[in-house]
Amino acid sequence: MRLFLNLLFGFFLAACGETEHAQSGNAETAFEAAARPLLVVSNYPLFFFASQIAGESEDVPQIVFPEIEGDPAFWVPSADQIQLMQTANLVLLNGAGYESWLDWITLDRNRLLDTSAGFTDKLIELEDTLTHQHGPAGEHAHQGTAFTTWLDPRLAMKQAGAVAAALESLAPGQAVRLRNNLSALQSRLSDLDRELADTFAALGNQPILFSHPVYQYLQRRYGLNSVSLHWEPDTEPGTRAWIELQKILLEHLAAIMLWEAEPLSSTAARLSELGVQSIVFQTASNHLGQGDYFDVLTGNAKRLRTALD
Amino acid sequence: MSGAWYLGWRYLVFHKFKSTILIASITLMLFLPVATRVLVSDSAAALTARADHTPLLLGAAGSPLELVLNSLYFHAGQPSAIGNETLARMQATGLGEFIPLNTRFHSRGNPIVGTTLDYFSFRGLELAEGRQMGMLGECVLGAGAAARQGVASGDYIVSSPESVFDIAGVYPLKMKVAGVLESSGSADDDTIFVDIRTSWIIQGLGHGHQDLARPEAGAGVLSRKDGVITANASVSQYTEITADNVAEFHFHGDTGEFPLTSIIAVPPDDKSATLLRGRYLSNDEGLQLVVPSAVLNDLLDTVFTVQNYVILGLAMLGLATVAVIMLVFLLSQQLRRGEFHTLSRIGASKTYIGLLVTSELAFVFVGSLLLATLLIFVMKQYALQILQSFLTF
Repeated sequence: MRLFLNLLFGFFLAACGETEHAQSGNAETAFEAAARPLLVVSNYPLFFFASQIAGESEDVPQIVFPEIEGDPAFWVPSADQIQLMQTANLVLLNGAGYESWLDWITLDRNRLLDTSAGFTDKLIELEDTLTHQHGPAGEHAHQGTAFTTWLDPRLAMKQAGAVAAALESLAPGQAVRLRNNLSALQSRLSDLDRELADTFAALGNQPILFSHPVYQYLQRRYGLNSVSLHWEPDTEPGTRAWIELQKILLEHLAAIMLWEAEPLSSTAARLSELGVQSIVFQTASNHLGQGDYFDVLTGNAKRLRTALD
Repeated sequence: MSGAWYLGWRYLVFHKFKSTILIASITLMLFLPVATRVLVSDSAAALTARADHTPLLLGAAGSPLELVLNSLYFHAGQPSAIGNETLARMQATGLGEFIPLNTRFHSRGNPIVGTTLDYFSFRGLELAEGRQMGMLGECVLGAGAAARQGVASGDYIVSSPESVFDIAGVYPLKMKVAGVLESSGSADDDTIFVDIRTSWIIQGLGHGHQDLARPEAGAGVLSRKDGVITANASVSQYTEITADNVAEFHFHGDTGEFPLTSIIAVPPDDKSATLLRGRYLSNDEGLQLVVPSAVLNDLLDTVFTVQNYVILGLAMLGLATVAVIMLVFLLSQQLRRGEFHTLSRIGASKTYIGLLVTSELAFVFVGSLLLATLLIFVMKQYALQILQSFLTF
């Protein structure tokens, strides 16, 4: 009986003892990182730069460019693509306001890397900002910057440098190889810069038109005498657009118009009647299966040279 | 000898009412001081565990306790807001990770907490079903909140108006449940988590409407002049954010001035923590940086002091109870003199009669001990829920 009572009393005392913490002090990340680091990029130029710098190896991060239909500047990521970015070790951004989707999707800020953050002083502010007003809050504007930074090969070189640094942070053991590949890429970008400079030098100060305001960095880099319209290659311009063009041509006698994609034949024909030749100058923002970044940009230069000849 | 134990047992069974009162009195005498201690120590452990895991907390100057309880349990009174630019300034210091919280809103009694993905990794919260919130207007629910609202991933919840007298004050936003978290046994279980920007949309600082620059918005446009479009009242705002209209959502004003309730600071080492605390020692900016565990320890010191008084009072009450029980017992022996005399005359020795009385006492005390132990175990199981119900102000 005494033994029983002793046991019971001991049990009672144990029940009165200190309790364990209700919550563990665990700060592990909610998302397990994959064995091979994952790098997601937001447009094709960054994908190309990252792929070139990383090369073919299992020791470098896996580089993923989500499947995007059309221009990545207007990308609306799907739930799966958002999840992909949430699980990525790094998401490489073009920056300069290119990723408008950043305003409304939920990502870990610490995993975002803006590749144009190193040259914000060289970004071009957009002038035609639209202001709107509703309610008592008064006017407000949605301002922005030109974002096709990769069309200026010198800026592209800086972006490639940022991409290489990102890759190196994820695969520090591959630093030497990554730096060598970066040098090779920057050398090719330098060649591209020379080729484009030679091409546009042949153009001289001749006025040209841009179908869309996406060539600002090209214009600045090569000193182009250009005016941008808001024409879509797959849409027939309205009467007002043609009148506007004729007004522009009175002061800006352009013989060439650069298009992001092949314009409608009817549009090209009517432009031709006005003495304006349509030339496709792709921005390479997405991978359209027509060669890589260099193929696209040198193809642009080649078409322009042919037209000038 | 076993006959004496049997007779003692039968005596207690026969006098059920008296035995029950005795056992109940002794059970309460044993249970109350221990229960007080267990409840307070469990509560203290639960409180300090969450606070210990929250290194530093920045908020508006005012009551540190209110700031800590609101930021840790999302239930206390709402402290004054701080500007979102404070977060950017803290991040610029590079002295750690910083997690913003906006805890102003509710949905049918469950707090809506605007934060970033860092919060989930910081608290070690895992998804039980669905996926993480991916875009504005999506939310992730704690296990308790999902059960209470009766929703699962893919369902919808609506934010509640802040006040019935302020119908237009807060944006009643229909939000999609992206996922439900595993139970963590913490205040996070009863919480609805949204992106910090979604909480600003609920507050009316951001909204979505059709693109006024498009031709189809013509009916809602008063004028288009010099790059300025003025809309009329017919432009309706979206009350639900979907993949189709999310790109139309935007914020008015400087987002740097948008409100945060607090910022959890997670410095990587003691040096960074000290540097951070040094930056907010003076109250020039109307901010305070507190160590949650220190604030709660102050509260617990008070609680433990009160506990000691309570236990002292209960101990005195216990002594009085013992005295009364002894009195009842002695009076009972007087009343049972005839019974003991009869036992003696039919051959029972004094030892036998003494054992009989002792057995009755033993049964009463052992029964009380068992019952008190059982009650303590039951109470321990619900200590956390009891604590949380106290924190629901």
